[in-house]
Amino acid sequence: MTRALPAFQFLLTLAVTFLGLLAITFVIGRVVPIDPVVAVVGDRASMETYNATKEAMGLDDPLLVQFARYVVQVVQGDLGMSVSTGRPVAEDLARVFPATFEMATLGILIGVVIGVPMGVIAAARQGRWIDQVIRVIGLAGYAIPAFWLGLIGLVVFYANLRWVGGPGRIDFFLDGMVPVRTGLLLVDSAIDGNWEAFASAFSHIVLPSFILGFFALAYIARMTRSFMLEQLGQEFITTARVKGVPERLILWRHAFRPIRVQLITVIGLSYAGLLEGSVMIETVFSWPGIGNYLTTALLNADMNAVLGATLVIGAVFVGINKGSDALYRVLDPRART
Amino acid sequence: MTTRDWLLSDDPETRMQARLGVAYRLARDLARNPLAMVGFAIILGLLLVAAFAPWLAPYSPVEGELANRLQPPSWTHWMGTDELGRDILSRVIHGARITLTIVLLVAVISAPLGLLVGTVAGYFGGWVDRVLMGLTDIFLSLPRLVLALAFVAALGPGIENAVIAIAIAAWPVYARIARAEVLTFKGAEFLDAIRMQGASKLRIIALHVMPLCMSSTIVRVTLDMAGIILTAAGLGFLGLGAQPPLPEWGAMISRGRSFILDQWWVATMPGFAIVIVSLGFCLFGDGLRDVLDPKQRSRG
Repeated sequence: MTRALPAFQFLLTLAVTFLGLLAITFVIGRVVPIDPVVAVVGDRASMETYNATKEAMGLDDPLLVQFARYVVQVVQGDLGMSVSTGRPVAEDLARVFPATFEMATLGILIGVVIGVPMGVIAAARQGRWIDQVIRVIGLAGYAIPAFWLGLIGLVVFYANLRWVGGPGRIDFFLDGMVPVRTGLLLVDSAIDGNWEAFASAFSHIVLPSFILGFFALAYIARMTRSFMLEQLGQEFITTARVKGVPERLILWRHAFRPIRVQLITVIGLSYAGLLEGSVMIETVFSWPGIGNYLTTALLNADMNAVLGATLVIGAVFVGINKGSDALYRVLDPRART
Repeated sequence: MTTRDWLLSDDPETRMQARLGVAYRLARDLARNPLAMVGFAIILGLLLVAAFAPWLAPYSPVEGELANRLQPPSWTHWMGTDELGRDILSRVIHGARITLTIVLLVAVISAPLGLLVGTVAGYFGGWVDRVLMGLTDIFLSLPRLVLALAFVAALGPGIENAVIAIAIAAWPVYARIARAEVLTFKGAEFLDAIRMQGASKLRIIALHVMPLCMSSTIVRVTLDMAGIILTAAGLGFLGLGAQPPLPEWGAMISRGRSFILDQWWVATMPGFAIVIVSLGFCLFGDGLRDVLDPKQRSRG
């Protein structure tokens, strides 16, 4: 009982949050100033046709009934048809999602691999120049628009230095040459043994991932620094120092260990944030992911696609957030109540 | 007695004197923090530029000379000209008004809403608290930018709708903060005293609970300003915020995208304005937090 209850509560809040997300997309779908019936029958239809169609579409039913129907549809994986692509939205989303996942995952890896050591070093050298540099990077992460940094990155590293590939996922002459297995181009081309495609895909993903990674590392480094400073001020650190434990061991073994669990939540939060940030970055880099799909749908007033993409991004966001929260509770004995 | 002594007096004679004294102490503490003052100077600069835009801008923000299109930065056009021959500096200066309007409107809508939800939830407790905070948590756990995008998609593009969309996505944070603050003094005797004097619940919340949550809310709003500016610019960049020919910074970057490889200044210059203004709010917000909310003070 004592063990099952938190798990049950967790699932309940998760379900309520998802239901809330569905309610929001449902409401957004209702406030659209386009009359869905007129969209079907045209504005010259007679009143009878209009009413008959309205009834057939279920728009006569009470809102709650309509909402219940909507929830059932979504749970069954039916997100409606996209007006602009002419395919089911769910199918479209399944096709574009791996591209976003690949970019965001590489981004969070960059953020963790660079951000965590940066935060530890900043805490160890508190107040020195390296700490100031990291502070400035942290501030920049809050003040620089991602899409602007992306544009500048393209000008500098693609147009002028020619270090990386341009917009898109792969050079156009290699497009479609790699059989789709996982949808992750780096993985697929490696499985296929097509190293030319792998190199091309890599040169295209590096820049957008680094720009996403920059925003992740700004946040991760800041949080790591403040967690580390908290630990370094504790008495057991002083004890270790008095015992003559080398500073490196104090940093990584004594001070860093206890904060690993806290970092999971931070990393989870910034990973979820990256999925959101990819909406902007994908537009800049013409990256065929879910963000690009969403913005294209927005400009075409393709509401089913907009709501479907919002729903998927929202669900993944909620899933990662709540998941890292739950992991934190499981891993940290102090958080168990 | 100097004005300073009067302000710092330990037993003020009037309520006004006490309040001015508190304000003086805050201003003095803030002035000791150089980074906060840099942020303050930037915000002041933004206000002045927005107020005097027509006098400061050397050219018209909407009319250009096609003969002068896509000119690089020079002494006559400090930031160059765009694809319609409009002076970019003049557009950036006028854009300050739009940015300021968006930021202020979002703050004016979302902060009181969050404050109201948070204080009511915290003060009443019980099922009111559970319902309101459940709602807040749902909004809080959703991605803000994507939520704003979806709302704009439904309401239609434009500044007003962008403001509404951003405000809808922004209020939950303030509700959480206000509620947490209320819980710290909910059982305090001064509230019992007011209650025994027969004050209504509305009066207690509006006049005695809310004012105490103001400082932490103000700090948070200031810190959030940078995020609001970035979201607004992002909506503009996607073509969902301010519509042409309005000189909104995000929309300007979006227009400049087509020329980014040859005429880098068109897209780059408005970006600098966004970075500087966001940075100003970040720095000032950090300073305010240290002064108003010492518990949250960041170490080091």
